[in-house]
Amino acid sequence: MNAGTQLAPPPRGGTLDWAQRRLFSTWIDGAITLMFGTLVVWILWKGLGWAFIDNVWKAESGAACRDHTGACWAVIEARGRLILFGLYPYEEHWRSTIACLAIIVTTVLSCIPWFWQMKRLSVLWVTGFGLFLAFMFGGFLGMPLVTTEKWGGLSLTVLLFSAVVVIGMPLAIAMALLRRSKLLVVRWVVGGIIDVTRSLPLLTILFAAAVVVPFVVPDWAQGDKLVRVVLAFAVFFAAYQAEIIRAGLQAIPEGQEEAAAALGLRYFGRTFLIMLPQAFRNALPATINQVVITFKETSIVTIIGFFEVMSSANAAVGRGDWSGQFIEVYVFVGFIYFIFVFGLSRYGAYLEQRARRADR
Amino acid sequence: MAYRPKRRISLRDWLIQAAVLISVVGLIASFVLIARQNLLSQGIATGFGFLDRSTGWPINFALIEVSDRSSYARMLVAGLLNTLLVGFLGLIASTIIGLFIALARISSNAVLNLIGTVYVEVFRNVPLILQVFFWYAVMTHLPSPRQAIPLGGAGFISNRGIMLPALELGASSLFVLVAGIGGAIFAGGKLVKSGQLAIGWRWPVIAAFSLILLAVVLLIGREAGAPLYTVPELKGLRFVGGFTIKPEFSALLIAIAVFGGAYIGEIIRGGFLSVDPGTVEAARALGLRSGQVNRLVRIPLAIRAVLPALANQYVWLMKSTTIGIAIGFPDYFMIVSTSINQSGQTMELLALLMGGFLIVNYAIGTVMNMINRRIAIKGRDAQL
Repeated sequence: MNAGTQLAPPPRGGTLDWAQRRLFSTWIDGAITLMFGTLVVWILWKGLGWAFIDNVWKAESGAACRDHTGACWAVIEARGRLILFGLYPYEEHWRSTIACLAIIVTTVLSCIPWFWQMKRLSVLWVTGFGLFLAFMFGGFLGMPLVTTEKWGGLSLTVLLFSAVVVIGMPLAIAMALLRRSKLLVVRWVVGGIIDVTRSLPLLTILFAAAVVVPFVVPDWAQGDKLVRVVLAFAVFFAAYQAEIIRAGLQAIPEGQEEAAAALGLRYFGRTFLIMLPQAFRNALPATINQVVITFKETSIVTIIGFFEVMSSANAAVGRGDWSGQFIEVYVFVGFIYFIFVFGLSRYGAYLEQRARRADR
Repeated sequence: MAYRPKRRISLRDWLIQAAVLISVVGLIASFVLIARQNLLSQGIATGFGFLDRSTGWPINFALIEVSDRSSYARMLVAGLLNTLLVGFLGLIASTIIGLFIALARISSNAVLNLIGTVYVEVFRNVPLILQVFFWYAVMTHLPSPRQAIPLGGAGFISNRGIMLPALELGASSLFVLVAGIGGAIFAGGKLVKSGQLAIGWRWPVIAAFSLILLAVVLLIGREAGAPLYTVPELKGLRFVGGFTIKPEFSALLIAIAVFGGAYIGEIIRGGFLSVDPGTVEAARALGLRSGQVNRLVRIPLAIRAVLPALANQYVWLMKSTTIGIAIGFPDYFMIVSTSINQSGQTMELLALLMGGFLIVNYAIGTVMNMINRRIAIKGRDAQL
């Protein structure tokens, strides 16, 4: 832009004008456009050629794909069930599908504002988890019992994610409120738990829950490894989310709580009717971000021996005749994660817009 | 602050506090007692005495010399150094990538916008661990040493790693070199500040000092007759000479740099957008050219705005190096977890693990705070 004394002419419409402004405004700009434009076209050409033109849809084994330069999507057909269902018994895969869909539908429903009430949300999630557990465990109506060691694939991923958020969110609210308690000891203890948890990598906390806890608690209190890991993950989520909520609470003008107190509301009325709704609105972008990160981080349980989607993808290419097709498998799994995460973050953007509209 | 009506602390409050305190202490005590009992029944002594015992297992990558005869303590130090190395290089690389991505996204050029947006959406929305596995698979599917890809005679790329020529310097000489150059840069800054060194002479003086130091180290720090540097060569099925970047290391580093770059790019972009357009217009009105506006006004203000967020991101990236265990990179966490498996000293090693990460996080926080204090606009701290 120049610093001339004349006013710039009003913008004209049209593609040519757009191209002039956004692609070729100076000769350097034009050179950049040509150089990077060529690069983009070349990558697109190669990528699409790899995925859809030189590809192989059907093949008996990885070796049969070797003469082709393109993607060997036959690996997804051959190992797709392993990736999506893990070690779950083959004949019972339909149960895993229904369980997975139950959680996804529950998650989508709880994104609708009509459900945003304590009662409706709890009914929804109790039903969702109930369906999930009933179908995954089985053991009735002729469905054989399947224990948690056999659970795997996408349904384990969505279970981890939803359980962590559903358990972690109330925990986060409690921790945020307790950290603001007027009682010094309570404040210190909760603050200490939050700060230590936040300073440690998630992996070390999950590792401690899976491997170390059996060592330091009596046998009767150990529970299932999956339950321990979900609880530890929920505490980790809550430690981060509690600080987000606390920041949201701090952003509320002090007069709000004083006014509520002046109107005669007691602590719970003040907190749940006045403070928390506003805090959540303030903290919305950060909360969505945290939820998105949590979905991605469920993949970490691979390392401590759970067979969710990431782990089963590794197993699919780990050994045997498909080991050369790792790119196809990782792209496939990456795409699954991308759909979930991208969907969540788009929804977050919609919520932010909605909140802005409400402010106006 | 929360609304707190003034009143005396009641008996009920005292009771609650006492109950919380007692239950926390009781819980910790019961953990320790049960762990002790478990250890005793396995015949393992508690305490940190095991640190002097030798481990009996090797690791495939270390900055200091370790073998299966090294002590637990030395192995843990090697692991911590590995974490710091990959973390530190990852932070630098992801910051550079992030800066370019941010510049691409705020540029007026539509093609650059597109590249930046697609980069961020693709690499941020796929889990880090998936990217680590992907790059590791790429690295281990490279040609074998016999068919290695030559790098113009200087090195090779193969599935055993990237082989590069190496200066034949001992670890101690290298340390002297790094410490000396670091000290020179620091001292140069101090001398300029106190007016004993003209600002134009700062970098020439530092460079001259570094070259002299390099020459001295090369002359004294080596055995007579040893080659100055070695180039990797194929001998049979493996490479000798030079130094090797292991596939585990490069895969983890690439994944952290690429993934972190997407996040840091968004943070830096936020910083650029937060610069008041009025300030930029004022700079232009003063007659600064576009490059000067960027260098003197926009970038300094943007950096100040994003430093706290950047510090958080750095801590987070540093912690995410623990994922390296998935592909067998021996970072601090991997050494600790292997040690727990091998020695059974669960509580002690967990304490060391927490201590290690607390120190690393605290160090990053301190450095970033120092930078923040140094570059804060004087007298206007309250507004920034």
